[in-house]
Amino acid sequence: MNTEYNPNLHRYAVFTACCTFLLLIAGALVTSNDAGLSIPDWPLAYGSLTPPMVGGIRYEFTHRVIATCIGLLTIGLAAWLWKAEKRSWMRWLGLAALGGVIAQGILGGMTVLMFQPPQVSAAHATLAQLFFSTVVAIAVFTSSWWSGKLPALEDPRTPAVRSLVVWTLIAVFLQLILGAAFRHKGFGIIPHLIGAVIVTILIFMTAGALKRRFSNVPPLRNCAKLLHMMIGIQLLLGGGAYWSRLYAAQFPQPIAIMVTLTVVHTVTGALVLAATLVTTLISFRQVAGPKAAGESSRITEQVAQ
Amino acid sequence: MNSRLGKYSLAIGAIALMMAGCGGKKEETPEATAPAAGAPAGKTVDPATAGEVTGSVKLDGAAPKMKAISIAAEPACAKARTAPLTSEEVVTGDGGALANVVVYVSSGLDGYSFPTPSTPVKFEQQGCQYHPHVAGMMVAQNVSVINSDQTTHNIHPIPMQNREWNESQPPGAAPIEKSFARDEVAIPVKCNVHPWMKAYMAVLPNPYFQVTGTDGKFDLKGLPPGTYTIVAWHELYKTDPQTITIGAKESKAVTFTFKAAAPAGD
Repeated sequence: MNTEYNPNLHRYAVFTACCTFLLLIAGALVTSNDAGLSIPDWPLAYGSLTPPMVGGIRYEFTHRVIATCIGLLTIGLAAWLWKAEKRSWMRWLGLAALGGVIAQGILGGMTVLMFQPPQVSAAHATLAQLFFSTVVAIAVFTSSWWSGKLPALEDPRTPAVRSLVVWTLIAVFLQLILGAAFRHKGFGIIPHLIGAVIVTILIFMTAGALKRRFSNVPPLRNCAKLLHMMIGIQLLLGGGAYWSRLYAAQFPQPIAIMVTLTVVHTVTGALVLAATLVTTLISFRQVAGPKAAGESSRITEQVAQ
Repeated sequence: MNSRLGKYSLAIGAIALMMAGCGGKKEETPEATAPAAGAPAGKTVDPATAGEVTGSVKLDGAAPKMKAISIAAEPACAKARTAPLTSEEVVTGDGGALANVVVYVSSGLDGYSFPTPSTPVKFEQQGCQYHPHVAGMMVAQNVSVINSDQTTHNIHPIPMQNREWNESQPPGAAPIEKSFARDEVAIPVKCNVHPWMKAYMAVLPNPYFQVTGTDGKFDLKGLPPGTYTIVAWHELYKTDPQTITIGAKESKAVTFTFKAAAPAGD
Protein backbone atom coordinates (compact mmCIF):
# COMPACT_ATOMS: atom_id res chain seq x y z
CA MET A 1 0.00 0.00 0.00
CA ASN A 2 1.54 3.32 -1.06
CA THR A 3 -0.13 6.01 0.95
CA GLU A 4 1.54 9.22 1.90
CA TYR A 5 1.70 9.47 5.66
CA ASN A 6 0.66 12.83 7.04
CA PRO A 7 1.68 12.94 10.72
CA ASN A 8 -0.24 16.13 11.49
CA LEU A 9 -3.44 14.76 9.98
CA HIS A 10 -2.97 11.59 11.99
CA ARG A 11 -2.41 13.52 15.21
CA TYR A 12 -5.51 15.60 14.51
CA ALA A 13 -7.54 12.43 13.97
CA VAL A 14 -6.24 10.94 17.22
CA PHE A 15 -7.03 14.18 19.04
CA THR A 16 -10.57 14.16 17.65
CA ALA A 17 -11.02 10.55 18.73
CA CYS A 18 -9.83 11.37 22.25
CA CYS A 19 -12.16 14.37 22.48
CA THR A 20 -15.00 12.19 21.24
CA PHE A 21 -14.28 9.80 24.08
CA LEU A 22 -14.66 12.73 26.49
CA LEU A 23 -18.00 13.47 24.87
CA LEU A 24 -19.08 9.89 25.51
CA ILE A 25 -18.22 10.37 29.19
CA ALA A 26 -20.17 13.63 29.27
CA GLY A 27 -23.17 11.98 27.65
CA ALA A 28 -23.09 9.06 30.05
CA LEU A 29 -22.98 11.49 32.98
CA VAL A 30 -26.10 13.19 31.67
CA THR A 31 -28.00 9.92 31.58
CA SER A 32 -26.76 8.59 34.91
CA ASN A 33 -27.60 11.87 36.63
CA ASP A 34 -31.05 11.93 34.97
CA ALA A 35 -30.24 15.38 33.63
CA GLY A 36 -31.25 14.83 30.02
CA LEU A 37 -34.27 17.09 30.26
CA SER A 38 -32.83 19.65 32.67
CA ILE A 39 -32.64 22.02 29.70
CA PRO A 40 -36.15 21.86 28.24
CA ASP A 41 -35.32 23.72 25.01
CA TRP A 42 -32.99 23.10 22.07
CA PRO A 43 -30.85 24.31 20.40
CA LEU A 44 -30.87 27.22 22.84
CA ALA A 45 -30.66 26.62 26.57
CA TYR A 46 -33.24 28.44 28.67
CA GLY A 47 -33.79 30.72 25.75
CA SER A 48 -30.16 31.83 25.50
CA LEU A 49 -26.70 30.58 24.63
CA THR A 50 -25.76 29.93 28.26
CA PRO A 51 -28.19 28.65 30.89
CA PRO A 52 -27.85 29.00 34.66
CA MET A 53 -25.31 26.37 35.62
CA VAL A 54 -27.10 24.67 38.48
CA GLY A 55 -27.85 21.06 39.24
CA GLY A 56 -28.36 18.77 36.30
CA ILE A 57 -28.03 21.67 33.87
CA ARG A 58 -24.26 21.53 34.39
CA TYR A 59 -24.10 18.02 32.97
CA GLU A 60 -26.46 18.64 30.08
CA PHE A 61 -24.94 21.95 29.02
CA THR A 62 -21.36 20.67 29.32
CA HIS A 63 -22.40 17.78 27.10
CA ARG A 64 -23.81 20.21 24.53
CA VAL A 65 -20.67 22.38 24.60
CA ILE A 66 -18.34 19.42 24.12
CA ALA A 67 -20.60 18.14 21.35
CA THR A 68 -20.32 21.49 19.59
CA CYS A 69 -16.54 21.30 19.85
CA ILE A 70 -16.59 17.80 18.40
CA GLY A 71 -18.75 19.08 15.58
CA LEU A 72 -16.20 21.75 14.78
CA LEU A 73 -13.30 19.28 15.05
CA THR A 74 -15.11 16.93 12.70
CA ILE A 75 -15.69 19.69 10.16
CA GLY A 76 -11.97 20.31 10.28
CA LEU A 77 -11.18 16.62 9.94
CA ALA A 78 -13.53 16.12 7.01
CA ALA A 79 -12.16 19.20 5.26
CA TRP A 80 -8.57 18.15 5.82
CA LEU A 81 -9.22 14.62 4.60
CA TRP A 82 -11.00 15.94 1.54
CA LYS A 83 -8.12 18.24 0.72
CA ALA A 84 -5.16 16.05 1.58
CA GLU A 85 -6.15 12.43 1.07
CA LYS A 86 -5.31 10.64 -2.15
CA ARG A 87 -7.50 7.70 -1.15
CA SER A 88 -11.02 8.66 -2.25
CA TRP A 89 -12.69 6.31 0.25
CA MET A 90 -10.95 8.20 3.06
CA ARG A 91 -12.37 11.46 1.81
CA TRP A 92 -15.83 9.91 1.86
CA LEU A 93 -15.17 8.45 5.31
CA GLY A 94 -14.47 11.96 6.53
CA LEU A 95 -17.78 13.11 5.11
CA ALA A 96 -19.50 10.14 6.73
CA ALA A 97 -18.06 11.22 10.08
CA LEU A 98 -19.36 14.72 9.46
CA GLY A 99 -22.79 13.35 8.57
CA GLY A 100 -22.70 11.25 11.71
CA VAL A 101 -21.96 14.15 14.01
CA ILE A 102 -24.67 16.27 12.39
CA ALA A 103 -27.14 13.40 12.78
CA GLN A 104 -26.05 13.07 16.40
CA GLY A 105 -26.81 16.71 17.01
CA ILE A 106 -30.25 16.32 15.52
CA LEU A 107 -30.94 13.17 17.53
CA GLY A 108 -29.79 14.97 20.65
CA GLY A 109 -32.25 17.76 19.95
CA MET A 110 -34.97 15.23 19.31
CA THR A 111 -34.39 13.55 22.68
CA VAL A 112 -35.02 16.91 24.35
CA LEU A 113 -37.97 18.07 22.27
CA MET A 114 -39.70 14.67 22.28
CA PHE A 115 -39.08 14.04 26.01
CA GLN A 116 -36.63 11.21 25.55
CA PRO A 117 -38.62 8.48 23.83
CA PRO A 118 -36.61 5.29 24.38
CA GLN A 119 -36.06 4.65 20.66
CA VAL A 120 -34.63 8.11 20.03
CA SER A 121 -32.47 8.06 23.15
CA ALA A 122 -31.15 4.60 22.29
CA ALA A 123 -30.47 5.71 18.70
CA HIS A 124 -28.59 8.75 20.01
CA ALA A 125 -26.49 6.52 22.27
CA THR A 126 -25.86 4.00 19.48
CA LEU A 127 -24.87 6.59 16.90
CA ALA A 128 -22.46 8.04 19.46
CA GLN A 129 -20.62 4.71 19.49
CA LEU A 130 -20.74 4.47 15.71
CA PHE A 131 -19.35 7.96 15.32
CA PHE A 132 -16.59 7.22 17.83
CA SER A 133 -15.71 4.08 15.87
CA THR A 134 -15.57 6.08 12.65
CA VAL A 135 -13.14 8.58 14.11
CA VAL A 136 -11.03 5.78 15.58
CA ALA A 137 -10.96 4.13 12.15
CA ILE A 138 -9.83 7.38 10.57
CA ALA A 139 -7.05 7.59 13.14
CA VAL A 140 -5.94 4.05 12.24
CA PHE A 141 -6.13 4.68 8.49
CA THR A 142 -4.03 7.84 8.78
CA SER A 143 -1.35 6.14 10.91
CA SER A 144 2.17 5.49 9.68
CA TRP A 145 1.72 1.78 10.36
CA TRP A 146 -1.24 1.56 8.04
CA SER A 147 0.63 3.46 5.34
CA GLY A 148 3.64 1.16 5.51
CA LYS A 149 4.37 -1.89 3.45
CA LEU A 150 3.23 -4.99 5.30
CA PRO A 151 3.36 -8.62 4.27
CA ALA A 152 0.15 -10.55 3.94
CA LEU A 153 0.08 -13.31 6.53
CA GLU A 154 -1.39 -16.71 5.78
CA ASP A 155 -4.38 -17.91 7.73
CA PRO A 156 -5.25 -21.36 6.45
CA ARG A 157 -7.20 -22.45 9.52
CA THR A 158 -10.94 -22.18 10.03
CA PRO A 159 -12.72 -20.23 11.10
CA ALA A 160 -10.63 -17.57 9.41
CA VAL A 161 -9.43 -14.72 11.59
CA ARG A 162 -11.05 -12.27 9.20
CA SER A 163 -14.42 -13.92 9.78
CA LEU A 164 -13.94 -14.09 13.54
CA VAL A 165 -13.11 -10.41 13.90
CA VAL A 166 -16.04 -9.33 11.74
CA TRP A 167 -18.52 -11.45 13.69
CA THR A 168 -17.07 -10.21 16.97
CA LEU A 169 -17.32 -6.61 15.83
CA ILE A 170 -20.95 -7.07 14.83
CA ALA A 171 -21.73 -8.78 18.14
CA VAL A 172 -20.07 -6.03 20.17
CA PHE A 173 -21.99 -3.37 18.25
CA LEU A 174 -25.31 -5.16 18.76
CA GLN A 175 -24.46 -5.58 22.44
CA LEU A 176 -23.97 -1.83 22.69
CA ILE A 177 -27.39 -1.28 21.14
CA LEU A 178 -28.92 -3.65 23.68
CA GLY A 179 -27.13 -1.83 26.47
CA ALA A 180 -28.35 1.53 25.22
CA ALA A 181 -31.90 0.21 24.93
CA PHE A 182 -31.77 -1.08 28.52
CA ARG A 183 -30.23 2.14 29.82
CA HIS A 184 -32.87 4.24 28.13
CA LYS A 185 -35.70 2.03 29.30
CA GLY A 186 -36.45 0.44 25.94
CA PHE A 187 -36.49 -3.04 27.42
CA GLY A 188 -35.09 -5.09 30.24
CA ILE A 189 -31.67 -6.45 31.10
CA ILE A 190 -32.05 -10.00 29.78
CA PRO A 191 -31.18 -9.31 26.10
CA HIS A 192 -28.09 -7.39 27.20
CA LEU A 193 -27.03 -10.27 29.48
CA ILE A 194 -27.46 -12.77 26.67
CA GLY A 195 -25.47 -10.46 24.42
CA ALA A 196 -22.70 -10.33 27.03
CA VAL A 197 -22.38 -14.12 26.90
CA ILE A 198 -22.22 -14.16 23.11
CA VAL A 199 -19.69 -11.32 22.97
CA THR A 200 -17.52 -12.97 25.60
CA ILE A 201 -17.47 -16.24 23.68
CA LEU A 202 -16.62 -14.52 20.42
CA ILE A 203 -13.90 -12.38 21.95
CA PHE A 204 -12.30 -15.43 23.54
CA MET A 205 -12.46 -17.29 20.23
CA THR A 206 -10.99 -14.36 18.33
CA ALA A 207 -8.30 -13.50 20.83
CA GLY A 208 -7.43 -17.16 21.16
CA ALA A 209 -7.09 -17.56 17.41
CA LEU A 210 -4.91 -14.47 17.16
CA LYS A 211 -2.63 -15.67 19.96
CA ARG A 212 -2.28 -19.19 18.60
CA ARG A 213 -1.83 -18.31 14.94
CA PHE A 214 0.09 -15.04 15.12
CA SER A 215 1.94 -15.17 18.41
CA ASN A 216 5.06 -13.66 16.79
CA VAL A 217 3.24 -10.78 15.12
CA PRO A 218 3.20 -8.02 17.76
CA PRO A 219 0.20 -5.98 16.50
CA LEU A 220 -2.04 -9.04 16.38
CA ARG A 221 -0.68 -10.47 19.61
CA ASN A 222 -1.25 -7.15 21.35
CA CYS A 223 -4.78 -6.96 19.97
CA ALA A 224 -5.50 -10.35 21.49
CA LYS A 225 -4.20 -9.25 24.89
CA LEU A 226 -6.18 -6.04 24.68
CA LEU A 227 -9.40 -7.87 23.85
CA HIS A 228 -8.94 -10.31 26.70
CA MET A 229 -8.23 -7.53 29.15
CA MET A 230 -11.08 -5.33 28.02
CA ILE A 231 -13.76 -7.98 28.10
CA GLY A 232 -12.68 -9.02 31.57
CA ILE A 233 -12.85 -5.46 32.84
CA GLN A 234 -16.16 -4.84 31.10
CA LEU A 235 -17.79 -7.95 32.55
CA LEU A 236 -16.79 -6.89 36.05
CA LEU A 237 -18.00 -3.36 35.42
CA GLY A 238 -21.26 -4.67 34.03
CA GLY A 239 -21.93 -6.67 37.17
CA GLY A 240 -21.00 -3.70 39.30
CA ALA A 241 -23.14 -1.30 37.30
CA TYR A 242 -26.19 -3.52 37.52
CA TRP A 243 -25.72 -4.09 41.25
CA SER A 244 -25.33 -0.35 41.77
CA ARG A 245 -28.56 0.37 39.88
CA LEU A 246 -30.47 -2.06 42.08
CA TYR A 247 -28.84 -0.62 45.20
CA ALA A 248 -29.46 2.97 44.13
CA ALA A 249 -33.15 2.34 43.51
CA GLN A 250 -33.82 2.84 47.22
CA PHE A 251 -32.27 6.32 47.18
CA PRO A 252 -34.18 9.43 46.23
CA GLN A 253 -31.43 10.74 43.94
CA PRO A 254 -28.61 9.34 41.79
CA ILE A 255 -25.80 8.28 44.10
CA ALA A 256 -22.10 8.53 43.37
CA ILE A 257 -21.38 4.79 43.22
CA MET A 258 -24.18 4.20 40.72
CA VAL A 259 -23.21 7.16 38.56
CA THR A 260 -19.56 6.13 38.56
CA LEU A 261 -20.10 2.47 37.75
CA THR A 262 -22.72 3.03 35.07
CA VAL A 263 -20.68 5.75 33.37
CA VAL A 264 -17.46 3.73 33.45
CA HIS A 265 -19.28 0.64 32.16
CA THR A 266 -20.82 2.65 29.32
CA VAL A 267 -17.60 4.26 28.16
CA THR A 268 -15.65 1.03 28.55
CA GLY A 269 -18.20 -0.46 26.18
CA ALA A 270 -17.14 2.16 23.68
CA LEU A 271 -13.52 1.21 24.25
CA VAL A 272 -14.34 -2.46 23.71
CA LEU A 273 -15.95 -1.51 20.42
CA ALA A 274 -12.92 0.58 19.48
CA ALA A 275 -10.54 -2.24 20.43
CA THR A 276 -12.56 -4.73 18.39
CA LEU A 277 -12.64 -2.37 15.45
CA VAL A 278 -8.90 -1.78 15.58
CA THR A 279 -8.35 -5.54 15.79
CA THR A 280 -10.57 -5.98 12.74
CA LEU A 281 -8.75 -3.33 10.77
CA ILE A 282 -5.33 -4.68 11.69
CA SER A 283 -6.43 -8.23 10.87
CA PHE A 284 -7.69 -7.18 7.46
CA ARG A 285 -4.55 -5.19 6.85
CA GLN A 286 -2.13 -7.96 7.77
CA VAL A 287 -3.93 -11.25 7.37
CA ALA A 288 -4.58 -12.43 3.86
CA GLY A 289 -8.06 -13.40 2.87
CA PRO A 290 -8.95 -16.80 1.41
CA LYS A 291 -8.51 -15.51 -2.20
CA ALA A 292 -5.06 -14.09 -1.51
CA ALA A 293 -3.87 -17.44 -0.16
CA GLY A 294 -3.66 -18.79 -3.70
CA GLU A 295 -1.92 -15.85 -5.28
CA SER A 296 1.68 -16.29 -6.37
CA SER A 297 2.76 -12.91 -5.02
CA ARG A 298 1.84 -13.94 -1.50
CA ILE A 299 4.59 -13.74 1.07
CA THR A 300 4.31 -16.69 3.40
CA GLU A 301 6.81 -15.71 6.08
CA GLN A 302 5.47 -14.06 9.19
CA VAL A 303 7.47 -10.96 9.87
CA ALA A 304 8.05 -9.80 13.39
CA GLN A 305 8.31 -6.11 13.80
CA MET B 1 -11.19 -1.55 0.19
CA ASN B 2 -13.78 -1.29 -2.55
CA SER B 3 -14.41 2.44 -2.26
CA ARG B 4 -17.75 2.45 -4.07
CA LEU B 5 -19.10 -0.40 -1.98
CA GLY B 6 -17.76 1.29 1.10
CA LYS B 7 -19.49 4.57 0.24
CA TYR B 8 -22.81 2.87 -0.47
CA SER B 9 -22.57 0.83 2.72
CA LEU B 10 -21.91 3.92 4.79
CA ALA B 11 -24.79 5.78 3.17
CA ILE B 12 -27.23 2.91 3.66
CA GLY B 13 -26.09 2.43 7.23
CA ALA B 14 -26.55 6.10 8.00
CA ILE B 15 -30.03 6.16 6.50
CA ALA B 16 -31.04 3.01 8.37
CA LEU B 17 -29.79 4.46 11.63
CA MET B 18 -31.68 7.68 11.07
CA MET B 19 -34.85 5.77 10.26
CA ALA B 20 -34.44 3.66 13.38
CA GLY B 21 -33.99 6.77 15.41
CA CYS B 22 -36.93 8.61 13.96
CA GLY B 23 -40.40 7.76 15.12
CA GLY B 24 -40.95 6.54 18.59
CA LYS B 25 -42.65 9.83 19.25
CA LYS B 26 -45.38 9.44 21.76
CA GLU B 27 -48.59 8.91 19.89
CA GLU B 28 -50.51 12.13 19.98
CA THR B 29 -53.90 11.40 21.47
CA PRO B 30 -56.64 13.83 20.74
CA GLU B 31 -57.46 16.27 23.45
CA ALA B 32 -60.49 15.17 25.42
CA THR B 33 -63.37 17.59 25.42
CA ALA B 34 -63.79 18.65 29.00
CA PRO B 35 -67.03 20.36 29.96
CA ALA B 36 -66.61 24.10 30.05
CA ALA B 37 -66.43 25.54 33.53
CA GLY B 38 -69.80 26.77 34.73
CA ALA B 39 -71.77 25.02 31.98
CA PRO B 40 -71.92 21.29 32.83
CA ALA B 41 -74.18 18.76 31.12
CA GLY B 42 -75.73 15.68 32.81
CA LYS B 43 -77.20 15.23 36.26
CA THR B 44 -76.23 17.51 39.11
CA VAL B 45 -76.04 16.59 42.75
CA ASP B 46 -78.96 17.57 44.96
CA PRO B 47 -77.44 18.99 48.15
CA ALA B 48 -80.61 18.10 50.04
CA THR B 49 -79.88 14.38 49.69
CA ALA B 50 -76.08 14.40 49.58
CA GLY B 51 -74.18 12.23 52.02
CA GLU B 52 -70.53 11.61 52.72
CA VAL B 53 -67.89 8.95 53.04
CA THR B 54 -65.32 9.54 55.74
CA GLY B 55 -62.49 7.46 56.96
CA SER B 56 -58.84 7.04 57.53
CA VAL B 57 -55.83 5.49 55.94
CA LYS B 58 -53.33 3.51 57.95
CA LEU B 59 -50.03 1.76 57.38
CA ASP B 60 -49.82 -1.71 58.85
CA GLY B 61 -46.27 -2.36 59.90
CA ALA B 62 -43.20 -0.27 60.49
CA ALA B 63 -42.76 2.58 58.04
CA PRO B 64 -39.40 2.45 56.26
CA LYS B 65 -36.94 5.10 57.31
CA MET B 66 -36.82 7.80 54.70
CA LYS B 67 -33.42 8.43 53.20
CA ALA B 68 -31.72 11.77 53.71
CA ILE B 69 -31.22 13.80 50.56
CA SER B 70 -27.87 15.41 50.00
CA ILE B 71 -28.20 18.94 48.67
CA ALA B 72 -24.76 20.20 49.68
CA ALA B 73 -23.84 20.53 46.01
CA GLU B 74 -26.70 23.00 45.53
CA PRO B 75 -25.97 26.05 47.72
CA ALA B 76 -29.18 27.79 46.70
CA CYS B 77 -31.18 24.79 47.90
CA ALA B 78 -29.19 24.41 51.11
CA LYS B 79 -29.72 28.12 51.93
CA ALA B 80 -33.45 27.83 51.36
CA ARG B 81 -33.87 25.11 53.93
CA THR B 82 -34.01 25.22 57.70
CA ALA B 83 -34.34 21.47 58.14
CA PRO B 84 -32.60 18.54 56.43
CA LEU B 85 -34.31 17.16 53.40
CA THR B 86 -35.61 13.59 53.36
CA SER B 87 -37.51 11.54 50.85
CA GLU B 88 -41.29 11.74 51.11
CA GLU B 89 -42.25 8.34 49.73
CA VAL B 90 -43.74 7.20 53.02
CA VAL B 91 -44.95 9.85 55.46
CA THR B 92 -46.79 8.69 58.53
CA GLY B 93 -48.44 10.31 61.52
CA ASP B 94 -49.58 9.07 64.89
CA GLY B 95 -50.92 5.56 65.08
CA GLY B 96 -49.65 4.60 61.65
CA ALA B 97 -51.73 7.22 59.84
CA LEU B 98 -50.51 7.38 56.25
CA ALA B 99 -50.21 10.70 54.47
CA ASN B 100 -50.11 11.50 50.73
CA VAL B 101 -52.77 8.95 49.86
CA VAL B 102 -55.27 9.96 47.21
CA VAL B 103 -58.69 8.69 48.23
CA TYR B 104 -61.24 9.04 45.46
CA VAL B 105 -64.49 7.78 43.97
CA SER B 106 -63.59 5.74 40.93
CA SER B 107 -67.07 4.58 39.91
CA GLY B 108 -70.76 5.11 40.72
CA LEU B 109 -71.19 8.61 39.38
CA ASP B 110 -72.29 7.73 35.85
CA GLY B 111 -74.54 10.37 34.38
CA TYR B 112 -73.34 13.11 36.69
CA SER B 113 -71.23 15.98 35.49
CA PHE B 114 -69.30 18.40 37.61
CA PRO B 115 -68.10 21.92 36.90
CA THR B 116 -64.38 22.42 36.67
CA PRO B 117 -63.18 24.54 39.59
CA SER B 118 -61.90 27.92 38.49
CA THR B 119 -59.44 28.15 41.37
CA PRO B 120 -56.08 26.69 40.34
CA VAL B 121 -54.34 24.13 42.50
CA LYS B 122 -51.18 25.60 43.95
CA PHE B 123 -48.03 23.57 43.33
CA GLU B 124 -44.99 25.18 44.85
CA GLN B 125 -41.26 24.60 44.60
CA GLN B 126 -39.86 25.75 47.89
CA GLY B 127 -36.66 24.64 49.60
CA CYS B 128 -35.99 22.52 46.52
CA GLN B 129 -38.95 20.35 47.34
CA TYR B 130 -42.42 20.17 45.86
CA HIS B 131 -45.34 21.27 48.01
CA PRO B 132 -47.61 19.39 48.17
CA HIS B 133 -45.91 16.06 47.52
CA VAL B 134 -49.19 14.78 46.08
CA ALA B 135 -51.58 17.27 44.52
CA GLY B 136 -55.16 16.43 43.59
CA MET B 137 -57.06 18.29 40.90
CA MET B 138 -59.95 17.82 38.53
CA VAL B 139 -59.72 17.23 34.81
CA ALA B 140 -59.15 20.59 33.07
CA GLN B 141 -58.58 22.36 36.38
CA ASN B 142 -55.54 24.58 36.30
CA VAL B 143 -52.50 23.81 38.38
CA SER B 144 -50.41 26.87 39.15
CA VAL B 145 -46.70 25.99 39.44
CA ILE B 146 -44.79 28.51 41.52
CA ASN B 147 -41.05 28.79 42.03
CA SER B 148 -40.32 30.27 45.44
CA ASP B 149 -36.65 29.29 45.36
CA GLN B 150 -33.67 31.39 44.31
CA THR B 151 -32.65 28.74 41.83
CA THR B 152 -33.91 27.43 38.52
CA HIS B 153 -36.20 24.44 38.37
CA ASN B 154 -37.77 22.55 35.52
CA ILE B 155 -41.17 21.00 35.98
CA HIS B 156 -41.59 17.77 34.10
CA PRO B 157 -44.78 15.75 34.55
CA ILE B 158 -44.55 12.31 32.95
CA PRO B 159 -48.14 11.23 32.26
CA MET B 160 -49.32 8.09 30.51
CA GLN B 161 -52.76 9.37 29.49
CA ASN B 162 -52.09 13.06 29.05
CA ARG B 163 -49.78 15.25 27.03
CA GLU B 164 -46.27 15.39 28.45
CA TRP B 165 -44.60 18.75 28.98
CA ASN B 166 -41.38 20.05 30.45
CA GLU B 167 -40.85 23.71 31.26
CA SER B 168 -38.13 25.66 32.95
CA GLN B 169 -38.87 28.18 35.68
CA PRO B 170 -36.14 30.57 36.75
CA PRO B 171 -36.36 32.31 40.14
CA GLY B 172 -38.93 35.07 40.14
CA ALA B 173 -40.65 33.78 37.02
CA ALA B 174 -44.40 34.03 36.71
CA PRO B 175 -46.40 30.96 37.76
CA ILE B 176 -46.85 28.32 35.07
CA GLU B 177 -50.50 27.41 34.60
CA LYS B 178 -51.32 24.07 33.02
CA SER B 179 -54.15 21.57 33.09
CA PHE B 180 -54.62 17.94 32.16
CA ALA B 181 -57.34 16.82 29.79
CA ARG B 182 -57.80 13.25 31.09
CA ASP B 183 -58.12 11.69 34.49
CA GLU B 184 -54.97 9.92 35.61
CA VAL B 185 -53.94 8.73 39.03
CA ALA B 186 -51.25 9.67 39.39
CA ILE B 187 -48.81 11.56 37.18
CA PRO B 188 -45.19 11.53 38.39
CA VAL B 189 -43.57 14.96 38.37
CA LYS B 190 -39.85 15.50 38.48
CA CYS B 191 -37.24 18.22 38.23
CA ASN B 192 -34.29 17.21 36.04
CA VAL B 193 -32.18 20.03 37.50
CA HIS B 194 -32.59 18.63 41.02
CA PRO B 195 -33.13 14.89 40.61
CA TRP B 196 -34.37 14.28 44.16
CA MET B 197 -37.42 16.46 43.56
CA LYS B 198 -40.36 14.18 42.93
CA ALA B 199 -44.09 14.63 43.36
CA TYR B 200 -47.37 13.38 41.96
CA MET B 201 -50.40 15.02 40.43
CA ALA B 202 -53.67 13.09 40.64
CA VAL B 203 -56.19 14.16 38.03
CA LEU B 204 -59.78 13.16 38.78
CA PRO B 205 -63.02 13.45 36.78
CA ASN B 206 -65.12 14.38 39.78
CA PRO B 207 -64.65 16.47 42.93
CA TYR B 208 -64.86 13.52 45.34
CA PHE B 209 -61.25 13.07 46.21
CA GLN B 210 -58.91 14.04 48.97
CA VAL B 211 -55.21 13.71 49.65
CA THR B 212 -54.60 12.63 53.24
CA GLY B 213 -52.43 14.57 55.63
CA THR B 214 -50.41 13.16 58.49
CA ASP B 215 -53.64 12.43 60.34
CA GLY B 216 -54.52 9.96 57.57
CA LYS B 217 -58.12 11.19 57.49
CA PHE B 218 -60.38 11.94 54.56
CA ASP B 219 -63.93 13.18 54.10
CA LEU B 220 -65.67 12.93 50.75
CA LYS B 221 -68.60 15.27 51.22
CA GLY B 222 -71.60 15.97 49.01
CA LEU B 223 -71.96 12.49 47.49
CA PRO B 224 -75.40 11.70 46.06
CA PRO B 225 -77.06 8.51 47.30
CA GLY B 226 -75.69 5.49 45.52
CA THR B 227 -73.13 2.72 45.45
CA TYR B 228 -69.53 3.74 44.96
CA THR B 229 -66.11 2.25 44.55
CA ILE B 230 -63.63 4.11 46.70
CA VAL B 231 -59.96 3.76 45.81
CA ALA B 232 -56.95 4.69 47.90
CA TRP B 233 -53.76 5.29 45.89
CA HIS B 234 -50.27 5.50 47.35
CA GLU B 235 -47.08 5.92 45.35
CA LEU B 236 -45.42 2.91 46.95
CA TYR B 237 -48.09 0.60 48.39
CA LYS B 238 -51.31 -0.96 47.16
CA THR B 239 -54.59 -1.78 48.81
CA ASP B 240 -57.92 -3.06 47.55
CA PRO B 241 -60.71 -0.68 46.59
CA GLN B 242 -63.83 -0.70 48.72
CA THR B 243 -67.45 -0.62 47.68
CA ILE B 244 -69.85 1.40 49.77
CA THR B 245 -73.51 2.31 49.49
CA ILE B 246 -74.84 5.47 51.05
CA GLY B 247 -78.40 6.62 51.33
CA ALA B 248 -79.78 10.12 51.36
CA LYS B 249 -77.86 12.36 53.81
CA GLU B 250 -76.07 9.30 55.15
CA SER B 251 -72.51 9.30 56.39
CA LYS B 252 -70.45 6.12 56.31
CA ALA B 253 -66.89 5.39 57.25
CA VAL B 254 -64.28 3.21 55.62
CA THR B 255 -60.73 2.44 56.59
CA PHE B 256 -57.94 1.66 54.16
CA THR B 257 -54.96 -0.27 55.39
CA PHE B 258 -51.72 -0.55 53.43
CA LYS B 259 -49.21 -3.20 54.35
CA ALA B 260 -45.74 -1.83 54.84
CA ALA B 261 -44.05 -5.10 53.85
CA ALA B 262 -45.58 -5.30 50.38
CA PRO B 263 -44.63 -2.43 48.05
CA ALA B 264 -46.81 -1.94 44.98
CA GLY B 265 -45.82 -3.23 41.59
CA ASP B 266 -46.65 -1.31 38.44
